[in-house]
Amino acid sequence: MTLSLDGKKFVVMGVANKRSIAWGIAKSLHDAGAELIFTYAGERLEKNVRDLAESLNEEYRVLPCDVTADEEVAKCFAAIRQEVGTIHGVAHCIAFANKEELQGDYLNVTRDGFLMAHNISSYSLTAVAKEAKELMTEGGSIVTLTYLGGERVIQNYNIMGVAKASLDASVKYLAKDLGKNGIRVNSISAGPIRTLSAKGVGDFNAILREIEERSPLQRTTTPEEVGDTALFLFSELSRGITGENIHVDSGYHIL
Amino acid sequence: MADVLERVTKIIVDRLGVDESQVTLEASFKDDLGADSLDVVELVMELEDEFNMEISDDDAEKISTVGDAVNYINSQV
Repeated sequence: MTLSLDGKKFVVMGVANKRSIAWGIAKSLHDAGAELIFTYAGERLEKNVRDLAESLNEEYRVLPCDVTADEEVAKCFAAIRQEVGTIHGVAHCIAFANKEELQGDYLNVTRDGFLMAHNISSYSLTAVAKEAKELMTEGGSIVTLTYLGGERVIQNYNIMGVAKASLDASVKYLAKDLGKNGIRVNSISAGPIRTLSAKGVGDFNAILREIEERSPLQRTTTPEEVGDTALFLFSELSRGITGENIHVDSGYHIL
Repeated sequence: MADVLERVTKIIVDRLGVDESQVTLEASFKDDLGADSLDVVELVMELEDEFNMEISDDDAEKISTVGDAVNYINSQV
């Protein structure tokens, strides 16, 4: 048993730029020999993703995937099937909430904001799992990204925390359903990382400082650390693990 | 000052794909350089890295032109 992913194919969803956790995961998988297919949401991010994908491999694969529409997700995975046939895993690194609702009181969240956050950040995993299952004929592994704010109250994380709690529960139910297909479903709870998304959370720099000062390892989390844990979860070394959430956060969650 | 402007200009040209001649002190990121809200967040992060500093949410909101950015950086270093 090794960490090699030679000959295995993975879909990486949610790279926005070089700081993205999804990009950290992509680099770890690429270094382990995996073949990658990237998906992006919206033309706004297409060029970023294409440039990054090309930096790993001249023959890169990049496809659009709007996770808010079932037919778009189906279209995306049909295109992936056409390109590569079987896949061995999906890294789901997708979340969204209104910036205005990531500060102040959670109580001020609107119905629309609540539903959108759940739609994009939680339901999307289930929508993707449904389609990915059809391509994961040899079994495999699905990994999503969650955050401590779904387990307990973290200032300003608000609606995103509630959506992550929903995502965490989805991981367990999906793990139960897909186990019989040899597909494992797990999450990584990453400590705060300076990404484009994280910058949308009010006073994010203060959250980072808190981790540096108080976490057992006394440093902030890097996308590479998350990438290496994802590599483990995608590899055969983790074959007995499903429905699990691994905290990669310098140990902050024990406090 | 010149050095800060030069470094800021390079980041703006790289990020927004605009011509160097468009990057004047008076140029507004949103109105003149075509930056959307995500671009602005990315620019703030690039500036934080380049000048090894933290720009708070409140301060970032006050930066709307290239000159604002240069003045802010000069006031911090």
